[in-house]
Amino acid sequence: MINLVNEKNPMPEQKPDVRNKNFLEVAEGYTEDMAVREALRCLQCRKHPCTSGCPVSVRIPEFVSKIAEGEFEEAYQIIKTTNSLPAVCGRVCPQENQCEGKCVRGVKGEPVGIGRLERFAADWHAANFGDEEIEPAQSNGHKVAVIGAGPAGLSCAGDLVNKGYEVTVFESLHKTGGVLVYGIPEFRLPKAIVAAEVKALEAKGVKFVTDAVVGRSVTVDELMEDGFESVFIGTGAGLPSFMKIPGENLLGVCSANEYLSRINLMKAYLPEYDTPIMHGNKIAVVGGGNVAMDAARCAKRMGAEDVYIIYRRSAEEIPARAEEIHHAVEEGIDFRYLTNPVQVVGDENGYVTGIECVKMELGEPDASGRRRPIEIKDSNFILEVDTVIMSIGTKLNKLILETTENLEANDRGGIGVDGKAATNRPGIFAGGDAVTGAATVIKAMGAGKVAAAGIDEFLSK
Amino acid sequence: MKMYEILSKRKLNHDITWLVIYAPMVARKAKPGQFIILLTDEYGERIPLTMAGHNSEEGTIDLIYATVGRTTMLMDQMGEGDTFFSIVGPLGKPTHMEGLKRVCVVGGGTGNALAYPIAAGMHNHGIQVDMISGFKNKDLVILEEEFTANTDRTFVVTDDGSYKEKAFTTDKLKSLLAEGNEYDEIIAVGPPIMMKLICQIAQEAGIPCVASLTAYMIDGTGMCGGCRASIGGEDKFVCVDGPEFDGTLVDWDELIQRNSYYREQEAHDREHVCRLTGGVRYYD
Ligand SMILES: Cc1cc2nc3c(=O)[nH]c(=O)nc-3n(C[C@H](O)[C@H](O)[C@H](O)COP(=O)(O)OP(=O)(O)OC[C@H]3O[C@@H](n4cnc5c(N)ncnc54)[C@H](O)[C@@H]3O)c2cc1C
Ligand SMILES: Cc1cc2nc3c(=O)[nH]c(=O)nc-3n(C[C@H](O)[C@H](O)[C@H](O)COP(=O)(O)OP(=O)(O)OC[C@H]3O[C@@H](n4cnc5c(N)ncnc54)[C@H](O)[C@@H]3O)c2cc1C
Ligand code: FES
Repeated sequence: MINLVNEKNPMPEQKPDVRNKNFLEVAEGYTEDMAVREALRCLQCRKHPCTSGCPVSVRIPEFVSKIAEGEFEEAYQIIKTTNSLPAVCGRVCPQENQCEGKCVRGVKGEPVGIGRLERFAADWHAANFGDEEIEPAQSNGHKVAVIGAGPAGLSCAGDLVNKGYEVTVFESLHKTGGVLVYGIPEFRLPKAIVAAEVKALEAKGVKFVTDAVVGRSVTVDELMEDGFESVFIGTGAGLPSFMKIPGENLLGVCSANEYLSRINLMKAYLPEYDTPIMHGNKIAVVGGGNVAMDAARCAKRMGAEDVYIIYRRSAEEIPARAEEIHHAVEEGIDFRYLTNPVQVVGDENGYVTGIECVKMELGEPDASGRRRPIEIKDSNFILEVDTVIMSIGTKLNKLILETTENLEANDRGGIGVDGKAATNRPGIFAGGDAVTGAATVIKAMGAGKVAAAGIDEFLSK
Repeated sequence: MKMYEILSKRKLNHDITWLVIYAPMVARKAKPGQFIILLTDEYGERIPLTMAGHNSEEGTIDLIYATVGRTTMLMDQMGEGDTFFSIVGPLGKPTHMEGLKRVCVVGGGTGNALAYPIAAGMHNHGIQVDMISGFKNKDLVILEEEFTANTDRTFVVTDDGSYKEKAFTTDKLKSLLAEGNEYDEIIAVGPPIMMKLICQIAQEAGIPCVASLTAYMIDGTGMCGGCRASIGGEDKFVCVDGPEFDGTLVDWDELIQRNSYYREQEAHDREHVCRLTGGVRYYD
């Protein structure tokens, strides 16, 4: 019996004025009852456009119908066949551009809450079967190295260990998880979820070596000499960009990566950690992506009174997930659309006192199809702030390309690969942000799986 | 041996300590001029320290640190047999040595700890090294024996003349140049203000000058941008593009300013260490 209500079942959440002072998860998750009711909104249409919208083709109608029947563990197992990180993706995927964007129910009302259901299935599994003993996988004797413990690396390692490979993951930071740990904040993705995924991989036999900067501590070529028959590179795209405007090196200007790392990786919000952090009271975050939303919402939680998002296009073009924008607005973040910084201004001691901006209007569409922002003459004004967080994107780190013999780049400066994630060097594979530039968790995870299949094929020859 | 275990600890003076640590992954590839980033424990701060030496066979690295704040105070509380939570490296570009025949290395204060591996590394590479090692006073002098053994000539100077020659490092460099000593390169390591002045002298004498910069760091791999410095009008990341740069291109005033950003919080933290815990959190 189909549930004909046009809206999604509301997600239980912490109240905005409570949650903007803590780091606990904002969305609390569906109860069993809510999940079943939401699952019953699915029409089970024959073409299942949702699945075609998913970068890893999760069998959505199948798992949703299992939830509708109350078979929650089965639902989870169906998702797991194509998605290694359901608890993560259910929370952070941009569903509105993917599965939910194609949902037929979305034509007249809201689409089925596919992301919420995915999260529900994953959380239900963790709560009920989470501490089941995991059997170590049987080794096939082949050794593979995975570089980078982000979603691409973790999913590649997971698929390989299941096929019997002896996998060692090398990670440069002291913690595993990549952006899931150093970038995305606790209130959006509890770190315990990522830790549980890593623990499960360890139980299956994957070895993790932290503090290992490949290219410096050891090179890709040395790994191959040391007996690794194949290497997967999933090092992400972590190099922060700056705007190259005057005043960017004043005290109080930092990249979103630095701000978020201090908070998420180094836990500056917990008193028992030593990490220093800029305790601004008026903070401007420049940019309109997920990273900017995370920085702004963290800034609010760190006690800032006024937090601004400065974005040069309009609300229509802003790239962050719809839910993040909605949450940010609720939490009191002040959005300044059609505004672009021209310089950061400071006092005689070099501390930031404000950011000079210019108003923008939208002109003709550019190459990306979005309307191009144009400066409005003489519309400059100064927004008084004491901290500026630059969140205008990241570039690819060249370290691996520079230190691996004859490894070829693609035209975006990432590592060049073919359809099977193979680079020009036999046995070396790559995927995730390291290939595409900053993208999404699900795409990185999908690339890790493609590479695992490619590596398996390469080593089975 | 445990990973990241302190194998030996030796005080060089009241504030400066020499550690030998078991870190085979780092030791295997370390080169002069490179640094590591360490964490004392899970709750610590990631701080960068230059490697004063290493032994690839034994898998050990040497660190010489000055006790200046919270993390280094916590390190003072650790002893032989204790282990660090994390040590990552080698990071940064190694000291450039190609084509050099004769150099002068200038170290100021704690900077001598960072200058030591550079001077010794160059000397071992067959480069003729004059070392100017400057300190405020006699009590602060460190590494004199090591410098003497690992350079061609070592000149120890003190600001107040309480030990050896009374001179600032800048004066000593000027007099060596006036005596007709010729160098292919001058390397300055010390307080930014000293490096700024040494670079000016070198520039006037038409000698290339390299300065080893310190900056706040988190990851050390180019991910946070916290370590950025203006070099010749361009933003560079000290951790991956440095730490050594052409000193004539460095925006010294900006660097001096940037290194003071967390000063208040750090002062507060420092007090916190002394007052609350008497030094340490806890170590098993
Ligand atoms: C703040 C923030 C919020 C985001 N929000 C979302 C969101 O809501 N939804 C979404 O889908 N996507 C989001 N993204 C994007 C998403 O997180 C990334 O696309 C994804 O994590 C890429 O995965 P990856 O495995 O390719 O790389 P990463 O997650 O970047 O992992 C790479 C890992 O490799 C390590 N590494 C790098 N160099 C080396 C080396 N030389 N040796 C060893 N290890 C190395 C890094 O330390 C890191 O741990 C967000 C990104 C950020 C920064
Ligand atoms: C590449 C590099 C190599 C270094 N090598 C050495 C070394 O071999 N030996 C050594 O003793 N120190 C070295 N330093 C400096 C060392 O990292 C700092 O002294 C250390 O971070 C202080 O930490 P803390 O928590 O004890 O003190 P904090 O409380 O963090 O700081 C105390 C004082 O030290 C200053 N300070 C903090 N961080 C730095 C920094 N990165 N650079 C300059 N001053 C700073 C602060 O302004 C403050 O006045 C190096 C720094 C860099 C970037
Ligand atoms: S330390 Fe983070 S970029 Fe240099």
